[in-house]
Amino acid sequence: MAAVDYKALKNGGFMRQKQKENFSLRLKVVGGNLTADQLMTIAGAAKKFGDGRVHLTSRQGVEIPFIKLKDIDAVKAELLAGGVSTGVCGPRVRTVTACQGSDICPSGCVETYPLAVEISERYFGRELPHKFKFGVTGCQNNCLKAEENDLGIKGGYLIKWDKSLCTLCGVCVKACRASAIKISKEALELTEGACNNCGRCVKACPSEAWSGIPGYTLSFGGTFGNRIAKGREVVPITADKAVLFRLSDAAVGFFAERAKPGERFRAAIEREGWDVFSAAMRRAYDG
Amino acid sequence: MDNFAADFVIDETVDITDVVCPITFVKVKVALEGMSGGQIACIRMNDGEPAQNLPRSIKEEGHKVLKLLDNGDGTYSLIVRKAG
Repeated sequence: MAAVDYKALKNGGFMRQKQKENFSLRLKVVGGNLTADQLMTIAGAAKKFGDGRVHLTSRQGVEIPFIKLKDIDAVKAELLAGGVSTGVCGPRVRTVTACQGSDICPSGCVETYPLAVEISERYFGRELPHKFKFGVTGCQNNCLKAEENDLGIKGGYLIKWDKSLCTLCGVCVKACRASAIKISKEALELTEGACNNCGRCVKACPSEAWSGIPGYTLSFGGTFGNRIAKGREVVPITADKAVLFRLSDAAVGFFAERAKPGERFRAAIEREGWDVFSAAMRRAYDG
Repeated sequence: MDNFAADFVIDETVDITDVVCPITFVKVKVALEGMSGGQIACIRMNDGEPAQNLPRSIKEEGHKVLKLLDNGDGTYSLIVRKAG
């Protein structure tokens, strides 16, 4: 058998187990989506090369434990033939997670899965000073916990009210959780600054008087392991995907250039200063 | 019903203040299924989740929400016109 290169193993998502010569094989999953065929492939590999078990990770990943060192090439080939790639660990861009988003969920404001795929294609596996996690959640219900991630993306609506269509029915007043809408017998009043872009007025409005443009709110520097800190929003919501990617490029670039080896994004931002980081993001936002 | 009977002619009244999600929606759905298109239902519900979410669910089912009224007693009444 060839000499074991643990680093190469780790690149390929082979997590060393307590049990000698056994590895838990991390698979590539984007946005928590797998096809039934991919699941069959994974099931087959777990039975053939593992101990018949599959572990679902905390970040929508799948790992097959008890893979033997000698089977590494065979299991990878078999998985690949069934459309399943191996994941990554170590100081890289990790699995991009996502909720089901507006394709499936009635609450969703943005299409999370296509965005997760785009982000994954752009960044997945990129080597950085430390791990870097992206998460995409479709609305303010935040099922995907955007702020846990180094870069979290949360869907929302930029809302607009059309007086001519409004019946003053009162539904939006109740649907709005930010108490931004007041209504009387003859008028509706929106407190712009209070709107949190949740889009619940648009979703609930029975007469299409409220309309919304899908937008993205980004949070930076979230971490939820050894240290727990919520990602922060430093620029306003944007409806422009190009702006979103300018921001993510700038954030990943900031991390790559400024962080010390082994330093998490959050720690790097804090050491450099939130003001410095925010200014960099503002520049990216403004283009 | 009397306080807004002048504005709407109610064909069917449904009280869902005694149930919680998802039975709230089921009860409304069953009641609406028993009605004819164009008829008006008055659904009495609790403040909170039902008042925030039921209007949207009704809309997504294709019915027309006409009004959400605060009864002032911790309940709301949703006036709905059945689709069709």
